[in-house]
This record gives sequence, C-alpha cells and structure tokens, in this order.
Amino acid sequence: MGRKLLLEKAHVPGIRSYDVYRREGGYRSVEKALKTMSPDQVTEEVKKSGLRGRGGAGFPAGMKWSFLAKPEGVPRYLVCNADESEPGTFKDRYLMEFIPHLLVEGLIVASYALGSNRTFIYIRGEYAWIVDILEQAIAEAKNNGWLGKNILGSGFDCEIYVQRGAGAYICGEETALIESLEGKRGNPRIKPPFPAVKGLWDCPTVVNNVETIAAVVPILNITGEEYAKIGVGKSTGTKLISACGNINKPGVFEIDMTISVEEFIYSEEYCGGIANGKRLKACIPGGSSVPILPANLLLKTAKGEARMMNYESLSDGGFATGTMMGSGGFIVLDEDQCVVRHTLTLARFYRHESCGQCSPCREGTGWMEKILKNIEYGKGKKSDIDLLWDIQRKIEGNTICPLGDAAAWPVAAAIRHFRDEFEWHVQYPNAAQNRNYGLAHYADPLPVAAAPKA
Amino acid sequence: MADQPKLFKVTIDNITVEVEAGTSILNAARMIGGDVAPPAMCYYSKLKGSGGKCRTCLVEVSAGSTADPRPMPKLVASCRTNVMDGMVVKNITSERVQDARKGVVELLLINHPLDCPICDQAGECHLQDLSYEHGAEGTRYEFPRRQFEKHNLGPYIQLHMTRCILCYRCVFTADQLTNKRVHGVLDRGDHAEIATYIEKALDNDFIGNVIDVCPVGALTDKTFRFKNRVWFLKPVDAHRNCPKCSGKVTLWHRGDEVFRVTGRKDQWGEVQDWICNDCRFEKKKTSDWVIDGPTKVSRHSVISANHYVDTVKPHEALPEVMGGRQPRLLMNIHSVSEVNKPTIDLSKIQGPAHSGDFKKGE
Repeated sequence: MGRKLLLEKAHVPGIRSYDVYRREGGYRSVEKALKTMSPDQVTEEVKKSGLRGRGGAGFPAGMKWSFLAKPEGVPRYLVCNADESEPGTFKDRYLMEFIPHLLVEGLIVASYALGSNRTFIYIRGEYAWIVDILEQAIAEAKNNGWLGKNILGSGFDCEIYVQRGAGAYICGEETALIESLEGKRGNPRIKPPFPAVKGLWDCPTVVNNVETIAAVVPILNITGEEYAKIGVGKSTGTKLISACGNINKPGVFEIDMTISVEEFIYSEEYCGGIANGKRLKACIPGGSSVPILPANLLLKTAKGEARMMNYESLSDGGFATGTMMGSGGFIVLDEDQCVVRHTLTLARFYRHESCGQCSPCREGTGWMEKILKNIEYGKGKKSDIDLLWDIQRKIEGNTICPLGDAAAWPVAAAIRHFRDEFEWHVQYPNAAQNRNYGLAHYADPLPVAAAPKA
Repeated sequence: MADQPKLFKVTIDNITVEVEAGTSILNAARMIGGDVAPPAMCYYSKLKGSGGKCRTCLVEVSAGSTADPRPMPKLVASCRTNVMDGMVVKNITSERVQDARKGVVELLLINHPLDCPICDQAGECHLQDLSYEHGAEGTRYEFPRRQFEKHNLGPYIQLHMTRCILCYRCVFTADQLTNKRVHGVLDRGDHAEIATYIEKALDNDFIGNVIDVCPVGALTDKTFRFKNRVWFLKPVDAHRNCPKCSGKVTLWHRGDEVFRVTGRKDQWGEVQDWICNDCRFEKKKTSDWVIDGPTKVSRHSVISANHYVDTVKPHEALPEVMGGRQPRLLMNIHSVSEVNKPTIDLSKIQGPAHSGDFKKGE
C-alpha cells in the first residue's frame, strides 16, 4: 500500500466542512508557515521537496516560485489553474470536490510564500457545482481567520477568489488563462515575457495546478526532505492518477511513483485489471496529449526493463519508444478498441479547442481531423498516412503555445506505433467498417535488441 | 556627449549588424534587407502588440548570445523575439526554417479560396508573394474549403472572410486608432472569423486603415471594388491639407481618373501615415490633391512591371484534369476583347492602357 498524502483524509465523513477538516489536522501548515517561517523559507522547503508541477509539464514548482520577479510596489499574484480540461484527466475535480479545504490551505501557504495578497482559482466552467464547494470552503476559512487581513497576526493579508471559465480547453494554458482571467479572449500570449515577470495585469504571476498547490500542504507538514524521500529520483512525492477506459476500477488513485505500470493496471489496489477479461492493447498514460503506447512498450521499456509509473521511466526512450507522465490521465484501451477511431476522437477535440490564433494549429488540426475521418470511414488512401505524418510534423514546435504540440503528438504516436492498423483501414475499407483490427501483435514481447539506432 | 544607446551585435545569415538593444530579430534583418528579412504576414511595426501569430517569420537561433551561446531548441517568431548581444540567427541559410515556412504557407493556403483572378488585392497581396516564394505548386488538401456567413461592414469596407488569415492586424488597428472597436475575432479555431457581433457597420474616421493593413484581400475598399487591377494603375504620391490626418497619400491613377487612394506604403508594405476616411474614400478627383511625384515601387512588383516580358507559357493542365478530354470552347475571349491578342504588346502602349488603346490597333 503506497503512502497517501493528499487523499489520506478525503473519505473521512464530512471532511468537506471546515470543522471536520480542522479536527483532522487541517490548516496546520498555515500555522507553521505564517508563525515560524519566512516566505523564502517556505519556497526553500518546496524546492527541497523536489515537487514537480502536476499540470503536465512537470516543471519543478520550487524553481518556478523562485523565478518570480519581485519588483517594489508591484503586486504579485498566485493563480491556481483548475481549468482541468484534458480528456482523461479528472484528478483535480476529485480533489476539489472531496477535500476543498486542502486546496484552500495550500493556496494560503503558497500565497504567503509568493507574497500574493489576491489569489485566484480559475476553474473550468463545466465544474459549475465545484465553484459552490470552493466558495463555501473559502467563506469558512475566512470566518475562522485563515483569510482576510493580518492572518494569524502575521501581518499577511490574503483573499482568494474563484473565477469560472467559459468552457475552453485552451484556457488551461497559463497565458491564455491569464488573458481570460483579465476578461479578454482566451488567446495564449507570446512568450517571453513569461508570467513570472509579466503575468496577470502585467504583474509577476505564478500559475500552478490544483494538485501542485495541494501538495504544498503535506510538504510543510512533513518537511521538504521527508517529501523528497518518497518516490524515486526526480519523481518525488505522490501523484494523483485518474484512470479510465477499459479497466475494472476506474477512478482517482494516489501513487507514490514507485510502482510499475503493470502493477498499476492489474493490481486490485488500483485499476483491477482489464474489464471483461479482455487483453490490454494500448494506453495513454498522461492525458490525451501525450503519446499513446502499445501494450508491449507500455509495460516494458525498449531496454527490456519494467516501466514504472514516474516521470523518468514513462518518458524513457523519448518519443520513439516512450511517452510522458503528463497530467496523470491514464486512459486504457483494450483489444476491442480501434486506434484510428480513437485518434480521430482526439483530433476532433483539438480541432475544436484550437484558439485559432496561429496558423499551423488553426489549419493543421482541422486538416488532420478530416483525413482521419476519411481513413476511419473507409475513404482513406495509403498516401494519407504519410500526409498525416507530414502535417503533424509541421505543427509540432511551430506554434505559440503547447496546444499545437498536444494536437500533433497523439497523431504522431498513433502512426508511429499503430501504422499497421491505419494501413489495414486503408487496404480493407469494408472490413474496417464491420470489425476491429484487434490486438494484433501489439502485446507481443519486444526483442530486447530494439535499442535505438545510433 | 549624450549617452550612446547600447548596441548589440547580431549575425543573421552570416551578415553581422549592430542594432539597439530591444530590437526584434525581424527588424534587425530588415536593416540588412533583401532576402535576409523574413516574410511577415501578421507583424506590423506601427501596431503595438502585433505579430507572433502567422508563424511565417520563424527563424532558427543557433546561438542565443555571447553570454549564453546555447541554441534555442525551437524555431522562434523573429518578429517577437528580441536580439541579444552575440546572437547568431539563421533564416535563409537554415533548411529547418525553409521547411517550416513551407509548411506554414501550405497550411495558410489550404482554406484560402485562391480567387486571385477576381480579388482586388491581387498584385499587391502579401500572401501571393509569400506563396510565390515559399509555396508548393499544388495542394494536398482535398476537402471543401471553409466558408462563412457574410457580414456587411458598411458602405466603405468589404469583408471577404474566406480570404482572411487571421493576422489580427485590423483588430489592433481598430484598437489603436479608433476610440471604440466594433469588430473583432469571433469564435475560435478554424471557424474563427472577423466580424461585428451585432452586424454593425464600421464607421470611424480612421477605420479605413484596416484596408491598408490587411495583408490579403479580406478587407478591401468598396469604392474601388472590381474597378480595376492594381497593375493597370499608376501610383503617385500626393497630399492635401486635411484637418483630420496628415493628408499624405498615394493616388492610383488610370488616365486622368483617380481610382483609389491609399496610405503611402514603404518597402515592407507598411503605411507611413494613417489616413482618414475622407481622404481615402471621398477625395477621388485629381483636383483635390497636390501631386508630389511618382511613387517608388519595387522593381520586382507587378505594379511597376506593368508589362510582361519573357513570359513562359504555362503547362497545359486542363486535359490532364479532364481525364484526357480537351476543353470545349464556349466563348472566345478575343472576340470580346483585344487585351489578350498575341499581337498586343502592353509595354509599347503610351501611358496607361485603356480598352480604347486596343481598339485603335484595328
């Protein structure tokens, strides 16, 4: 049983209310930070913990905090990114819904560390009911003196505001989120300047994921050194994984990043194996944007080692044979799933969510969707597969924000690993309408000599 | 002696130039000029905040600066990246850049209607130039091109949304020149469009400038619509005492007639001064203006050419696309007009060409 830090108390009855949360040891980290530590010490503690951003990119949170510019007389802002819109990712929702005070507590500590007197939670519009939960938690915290003026006599003022988005995936990108928060159209900004220098209303801003902020609480409670001991290497602490797809037990799991992917899928403690006694075909381990992997490469790296559930092991082999931890949206596909159709679904999503600001993403996402639709519905040509590859190559890396990459990677990975299935769709368009390609060789053990060519 | 501004040395395509700190790579490249300057479809030096969107100006930075000579991993938008001292940039010498630019041009064109033959912008269109330089011969796009609901922007400005490349220049123009912007980008992704949300006409003294900043034929002058091709017109610089603007414009003549009035554009296609709607749309008589002299037009421009030499007959593609059949002749253009007669040499006609000139030959 792995160690739980975030969801340990999530199922205590009534934990959503302040009284129960406080009785269970809540808001200790605020007391500790505001009474015994300076803001820089808190940042130092987070740095020591090795906490990596949980939103997808995995950038060290302490480093991000220390990059924050601190000019005199200019307010600084902390913005919590709760615009969790990645298909397959629903960990933040779980956290905010069950244990909202954990987020509020983390926000107070992080605001203190960063010197943010006005802190915002930007939450996706579809999470309408969670807004009420958060606002109630904030009101309770304020009534009990954890927010407002001169918190705990430390001289630190802080208010937390919840802002609802209007249903755009792109507003999860930090600069688009800031634009949207300012009341503008949610177009990503061109970087530099980075938000740490010029963010919300041109003031220095830190944007952190919900889970990152929540993880600050256990870091302060058990100290950064202790937190860094959990996990392996640079993947410290615990990570929430939202597992879905063809598994027996979909849901949000907290893992300590020391277990293997195989154990995560098949053990009773986590996903409980593939549903209906089917076999594993493929998996997207980090939310829809990260590359899909076939079963054989998912469970074992190209070197023949067991693949573990952590940042390094999942990305072992680069994009040629690896993938990414991403935001922890673990999507499992069994042998009955069609990878072409699956890729089409993702392409449609990215076409719909592209902001339309820069040309490669605006035009390329739509084109990819149309070609994939043709292939899926039996109208594809063999050259379409190479064309798709070429289009994704021209989008990736050439856009303002990472949405272009996020749209290109799933298509690239699907073609890289499942080219046979695409070709089968093109070659047997009629058969492809009636049956699935099936598991084929995607779970066959790989020859260990599959070392990358020099 | 006054403080010398700090100069940064930057090398672009092996040419070193010294520029002031805070200059963008694009502007540094423009100082060198020629082919080294990357194409820019959305950046407009006179509009604050413009640029970064079209991705045609991508360049490779092979050394960030003297202090930190690491290369930048991704191609960067040269219009929005400032130079550092000792920066080394590759534009036309980088295959990666050429490849990416080709990709961007292809993507810009997949939904473009390619209706240049009936487009008023043809001949002075940045997308045409860009496609000529970096585009492919054919398209790999096999789907219906995007279409939009029509919007009426009032009596002066014609919007063709299908031609738009969403550079946002007109949005910045309205933001920065007029007191209240009534048009903008609605929707997102590939169905984003320039429109007024409440079907309002654009009426502001300076809103006509959106026509000048538009790099394609999406926003054109209704008073000039379908009147003439720009390469049949002779541009001259002119001015008048205008109470609202500088009054410095370019008049586009054919014979004695002023067909249209635009701002004076520099070699990058950017206007030197914004002009007001009165000058642009209402003053269409030569007597309204004081002529300063002929406008300098790049000798590579079709406008300065105004005649055709060394023309190569295009490859006959019709029988190919018609499955080997020859096209059926519906109407012979030569029976209606003389313009296309092989004996007519446009360069030998004195002054601007009129249809009368062709009839004279008979």
